[in-house]
Amino acid sequence: MNAIIVSALLGVIMMFSSWCVKGERTQKTIALIGLFVLIVANLAQMNGWYVVNYDTKSMLTFSRFGLYANTLFFGLTFIYIWINGEEISKIGNHAADFYALFFFMLCGVSVLTSFDNLLMLFIGIEILSIPLYILTGSDKKSLFSNEAAIKYFLMGSFSTGILLLGITLIYGATGSFHLTIPQAGVKYEQFMTSAGLILIFAAMNFKVSAAPFHFWTPDVYDGAPTVFTSFMATIAKAAGFIAFITIFQTQYKALGYSWGLILPFVIISTLLVGNVTAVFQRSVKRMLAYSSIAQAGFMLFALYGTSTLANEGILLYMVVYSLASIGVFAVLIKMKENSIEAFHGLGKSHPLLAFLTTVFLCSLAGIPITGGFFAKYYMINSILLAGAGLWLVIVAMVFATISVYYYFKVIQAMYFVEGHPAIMELDKTYTYKLSVIAILLLILGVFPSLLFNYLYF
Amino acid sequence: MLLLFILIPLLTAMLLLFVKNNKMANNIAVLTTIVTLGLAIFVAYKGAVDYNQPWILILNTRFLLHADGLAKILILLTGISFPAIIIATTQNQPKQKNIFLSLLLFTQSGLMGVFLAGDALLFYFFWELALIPVYFLSSIWGGEKRVAVTFKFFIYTFLGSLLMLVGIILLYIHTSEQNFLISTLMHASLTPVQQATAFVLFFLAFAIKMPLFPFHTWQPDAYEQSPTAVTMVLSAVMVKMGLYGVIRWLLPLFPLAAKTNALFIVSLSIVGVLYASFIAIRQDDIKRLIAYSSIAHIGLMNAALFTQNQIGLQGVLIQLFSHGINVLGLWIVADIIEQQTGIRSMKQMGGLAKAQPTLAILLVGFALANIALPLTNAFVGEFLIFNSLFQFNIWAAAFAGVSVVLSAIYTLNMIQKVAYGELSTPMQAMNTPNKNAQIVLIILLVIVFVTGVFPQPLFNLTADSLQQIIIK
Repeated sequence: MNAIIVSALLGVIMMFSSWCVKGERTQKTIALIGLFVLIVANLAQMNGWYVVNYDTKSMLTFSRFGLYANTLFFGLTFIYIWINGEEISKIGNHAADFYALFFFMLCGVSVLTSFDNLLMLFIGIEILSIPLYILTGSDKKSLFSNEAAIKYFLMGSFSTGILLLGITLIYGATGSFHLTIPQAGVKYEQFMTSAGLILIFAAMNFKVSAAPFHFWTPDVYDGAPTVFTSFMATIAKAAGFIAFITIFQTQYKALGYSWGLILPFVIISTLLVGNVTAVFQRSVKRMLAYSSIAQAGFMLFALYGTSTLANEGILLYMVVYSLASIGVFAVLIKMKENSIEAFHGLGKSHPLLAFLTTVFLCSLAGIPITGGFFAKYYMINSILLAGAGLWLVIVAMVFATISVYYYFKVIQAMYFVEGHPAIMELDKTYTYKLSVIAILLLILGVFPSLLFNYLYF
Repeated sequence: MLLLFILIPLLTAMLLLFVKNNKMANNIAVLTTIVTLGLAIFVAYKGAVDYNQPWILILNTRFLLHADGLAKILILLTGISFPAIIIATTQNQPKQKNIFLSLLLFTQSGLMGVFLAGDALLFYFFWELALIPVYFLSSIWGGEKRVAVTFKFFIYTFLGSLLMLVGIILLYIHTSEQNFLISTLMHASLTPVQQATAFVLFFLAFAIKMPLFPFHTWQPDAYEQSPTAVTMVLSAVMVKMGLYGVIRWLLPLFPLAAKTNALFIVSLSIVGVLYASFIAIRQDDIKRLIAYSSIAHIGLMNAALFTQNQIGLQGVLIQLFSHGINVLGLWIVADIIEQQTGIRSMKQMGGLAKAQPTLAILLVGFALANIALPLTNAFVGEFLIFNSLFQFNIWAAAFAGVSVVLSAIYTLNMIQKVAYGELSTPMQAMNTPNKNAQIVLIILLVIVFVTGVFPQPLFNLTADSLQQIIIK
């Protein structure tokens, strides 16, 4: 509750701050302070202190898991803005507007981590999506950005329509929007519930860019300004996953709908499309777009696993994946072009930056001592624990190997090819900021349980 | 105590990144590897207490390092190999020596971890860690085709180890205690199908690493293209990881599946042995010859392991060490020749005995050990290995016996071409190799003959492992 109210208020404050405060640095500082306040407010609720204690008629329930996920999302956004603040203000004329949009999105995220009602799900998704459409098109003079925005908006609206239809059908069958209503024992209208579930499933797949609903992803990620792609591919996507899991892991599973077939199909096709297409990309940005589809395939494992372990796993996966992606995108922002040739010889000219990029890429590929390894580990473990699909895991491992191929292409370009990297002027502090991310990834790679200590106590 | 085996190389590796002076970097590296060797010898004779700390509480995994006979003999081998390699190749290390040596020491740290780990997840962790520095070493400083070749090697082994990870987790979730210790995993309650699957998953990882025919295709290229120091690490120590995995994990965890598939795997190994031997006969490049001969020897050891008989196991435990020493000696001699003359083709060599008698004697010594002649260390091991194969299946022994003849053919052929014959022009130009390399070679040769004549210490060292593995 705290997070929803405070983030909405902060959004409004940010919006009007550009009237009274000039200077992009100050705006960034205000945004960071705002995020800090938001984190404190959220932590306060975890310890039982409310700004407003309002009876939501059980439309929202605040579980410890959801609140903790909130904290992680806010923390990630903090890191994101801390690193990318200067870059954000380079796009468009009003950086404060973008910060305001971030706070609105975080409001949407807070709804998505606590909804208990399909209507709240719908509202959360919309609050999250609409700022994303705006951010995609924020580079008004770039045709690509405009194209991406219109594409994203049209397809996004369409998928929202599908989501709504699904919700309506469920309502028709069960007579309630509430998530806990469908119960195992009760007979519902079979066709309507299954059709509704499939539609909701499809719409959620669209939001997290899982195949075969992924077609918007490469174009949108590629067209949007790189800073915002970084946010879209990490925090926004991970929030979608939390919502996805919340819907499908409890009562809806009890409806007896057969997950055995449809979910593995989605997982495999997501992994296939993401990994295989990423291999053939020449542009690193597009490669990362496809790799983010592939990573979504791995995150879907948590949905299939549905256990405490899977829930822990998705938190770890989301944090690690977001950190690593924010890192790689932050390096990519500093490149003059997105092609892989831009990275040639980076290892010689910028040893520290190249090393950090290596850590990020290794983490994405899931190599030990980086956090990515344990993230993948949790996913595999949860799915094997669910007792289903050893074959699924083996296939996934083959795809994980393929992913090493394209991530290491970049490492090879940095270290083993001579050349002059097409990189902009860097100030030292930028590299140091990135090393904070790398250190976090390495710590999580050796002691992943640090992340969960706060989840239970 | 055991933690030092990982910490010393690891911390030195980090330190070396900041040492810009080449000479100093070299001295530091040599010194620490010798200290590690000293520690290894101490532990081999005195034993050491397990290092046992909880690691990741939620997963119930432990940071457990344990040194039994099998681990001791391999840390001894690792301990000997690294100073030998660093000293012998001092002169042909690249310009950024500190980074090169640092990566080498990272590898050593990973290898020690692999051999000491008593927890499956920890084992997996180190298994991967040992690989990554090698990837960078070979890709940065290797031969012309280095990037592609090393990448093939990396992807290949990475796939194998990911499959092994699936196998580990599959066992883990079926245990009652929910931890990764060998003793727990051994009692995992799996259905026959699950056991067979997990067996295949583990086996693939080890077979790729060894490498076993038909998974060996990465090896000759990787050996040829890597910088020599890395090739030595790969062939003397790293391929032992595969065999170690079989002894430590595969046989105790899946005794039944190992027994059922024994005939198949033994046949596969022996086919590989013969295949590699025939190819070795046709090789003209001395490095590729050693690479294929190494595949043949490893295949033989693997065949003996799957006979699951005490004598064979004992033979392999000895041979793990002996093969490491022999192949290291051969590589160092080949490297000295290549450094000084720039040739690898044996056709252009000849007359080494006239030009450099000492080096020629050393080469002959290691070559004889490679054929496993009596009095050399390899004889002890291979004798036991053949003994076990004979008991297992007479045909297996017969075909494997052919490989001894073949190995004599290609090794003696190499001696003939390199050491004897007309003195070729490139060989004439050879200088006396530097003192340090000679000393290393002589020490290795002494080890070859001492353990060949008097192998009892090695038997004593490995006795406890033997008991454990066979009883379980």
